[in-house]
Amino acid sequence: MLNRLLSHDLPRSRWLSLALIVIVVGLAAAPFLFPGAKALSVAAKMLVFILLVASFDLLLGYTGIVSFAHTMFFGIGAYGVAIASTRLGPGFAAVLLGTALALGVSLLLSLLIGLFSLRVKAIFYAMITLAVATAFQTLASQLSDFTGGEDGLTFKNPAVLSPAFEPFEQPLLGVTIDGRIATYYLLFVAVLVMFLALLRIVNSPFGRVLQAIRENDFRAEAIGFRTVVYRTWSNVISAAFATLAGALLALWLRYVGPDTTLSFEIMLDILLIVVIGGMGTMYGAIVGAALFMLAQNYLQDLLKLGAVALEGVPVLSQLFSPDRWLLWLGVLFVLSVYHFPSGVVGRLRARTQARVAQESRR
Amino acid sequence: MKSTTLASAADAAAAVPKAQFDWKPLALLAAVMLLAVPAIGSGSTWLTLTVAGLAMGFIVFVIASGLTLVFGLMDVLNFGHGVFIALGAFVATTVMGGMAGFSAQGGWQSLLVVFGAMLAAMVVAGALGWAFERVIVRPVYGLHLKQILITMGGMIVGEEIIKVIWGPLQIALPLPEILRGSYLIGDAAIEKYRLLASAIGAVVFVALVWTLSRTKIGLLIRAGVQDREMVESLGYRIRRLFVGVFVAGSALAGLGGVMWGLYQQNVSPQIGGQVTVLLFIVIIIGGLGSTLGCFVGALAVGLVANYTGFLAPKVALFSNIALMVAVLLWRPQGLYPVTNR
Repeated sequence: MLNRLLSHDLPRSRWLSLALIVIVVGLAAAPFLFPGAKALSVAAKMLVFILLVASFDLLLGYTGIVSFAHTMFFGIGAYGVAIASTRLGPGFAAVLLGTALALGVSLLLSLLIGLFSLRVKAIFYAMITLAVATAFQTLASQLSDFTGGEDGLTFKNPAVLSPAFEPFEQPLLGVTIDGRIATYYLLFVAVLVMFLALLRIVNSPFGRVLQAIRENDFRAEAIGFRTVVYRTWSNVISAAFATLAGALLALWLRYVGPDTTLSFEIMLDILLIVVIGGMGTMYGAIVGAALFMLAQNYLQDLLKLGAVALEGVPVLSQLFSPDRWLLWLGVLFVLSVYHFPSGVVGRLRARTQARVAQESRR
Repeated sequence: MKSTTLASAADAAAAVPKAQFDWKPLALLAAVMLLAVPAIGSGSTWLTLTVAGLAMGFIVFVIASGLTLVFGLMDVLNFGHGVFIALGAFVATTVMGGMAGFSAQGGWQSLLVVFGAMLAAMVVAGALGWAFERVIVRPVYGLHLKQILITMGGMIVGEEIIKVIWGPLQIALPLPEILRGSYLIGDAAIEKYRLLASAIGAVVFVALVWTLSRTKIGLLIRAGVQDREMVESLGYRIRRLFVGVFVAGSALAGLGGVMWGLYQQNVSPQIGGQVTVLLFIVIIIGGLGSTLGCFVGALAVGLVANYTGFLAPKVALFSNIALMVAVLLWRPQGLYPVTNR
């Protein structure tokens, strides 16, 4: 049963399984285990980023395409929900309509970008997508009547998902159940289902072809697969999942602005997560997103301790200042690309493989 | 007998057509300028905008030239090129801040300080470029995917280190008194700094073209761009050549960073990332790896940005992309495609 759910792509490492179980159980019980608004929003962002990064991994890790336009699709999803909710008033109809429209736009755009530029070399594609994404960000901040410009849009969720909605008189397990927790669980279920769907996709025959293209596109073409078609499909699917992740983020924040969805910083975050977690392993998205979100929100506290200890030392105290947490993640990123390109997940799996090989030799 | 071989050699030389210089992209540049005249209407405004556009183009060219050369020679696209721009600009703030007393004395002293800042920026950026090539780029030659990721990582780390040294905030980089203000030609106001920037850009362009086409090093670089293995097999250490080009490109980026910072009159750590997109557009327009293409592309981008900025400010934000799409529809490999890519 579990094997089928995970599409026969098991974690294949004891430590990895343990980490995944801890993360999934932790996320499932987050509202009850970690009370407080900050903890819950960290957990929710973790969920959204798991989906976003997993969809990017389909592109980068499985197909070997570097695209910098992923945040564009993420933003389209978020803006879709936000614009529909402000125009039509709050309600599930608006959310669904907004998501559907956003999906349509994303599909069209990703198809266009794919068909036009996936024939060319990796570097060229990376540059083109970077340019397109920047143009889109500018567009979103300029069409202020439509998107709220730099200020973004604040909107109301459907009644069931709004913080004022409290179905139970009594708190459950010491926590007052309200619309926020309902939203959180909506996110949780959606991300779980879509993550399993992505896992299914990469372990299907289609996914195998993508990996073949990643390894050697010339050979894949020679065997008879039309690589352009497969690459375009990969682009389209990944864009669709990114759009859905954006819609979920909008539901959670009840706000959309260029900085939260479209900015280049988000793109860098995605890259960091996918590389540190492990390219070409869907589980890397879970481990990476969990690590990154914890680092982003709590590493600063840790560094604060270090900064206090180093106060007075001129250069070190600057290097360990809490605002420089990204520096250390960047160093980790560079080291990961060199020394363990398959990330945390690949590292753990390699250890297990080495042990199994050793035992079989005995 | 001898004369016939000579004659046949001469015939053969005549039979091999000399490479025709491709004038069309330059004509395009002229056409853009001419088309703008009726659209803008007033001659003096046109002159002001044209000088502004050319100045911007020259600055962008100085920054982008290193990027395109490195790509042409070694097939490495440095996504972290922006770090050198930011570094150059910040070094300039330090130098100009430190020498404020000296430059306050007046005319030539302040000019001296500006040139000193540019020199310092080039030295520091070049040194960092050397280290960057050594630590970041060297292990990933030939691996495109890793190159993109690793140079991106280099940019993140570099930007953070700049924040450690100079702080995360925007710093003002004011022009010295002597470069402020503008000359009046008829009704057209031409800012002094833009003239200086154009002059520096032109000097860099001429120096680059001269080095590439008239010196032995340039010959080797051009040969390396055409066919790297052949040059290696002739006994030249192309790797050393490449390190030189990388350092020179980084130094030019540092110089460009100072010019850009003075142009904007302020510097922020994010400046590199912001300019990078512009650079990519320029070298795509020019044809990846081509110096002349980079030059024409930079000027075209500068001119179009300034014209549209005057005619339709909202459209100006997308003028670069539109220009890129238009050029790629005309010549999918860029204005001056490098033959073997």
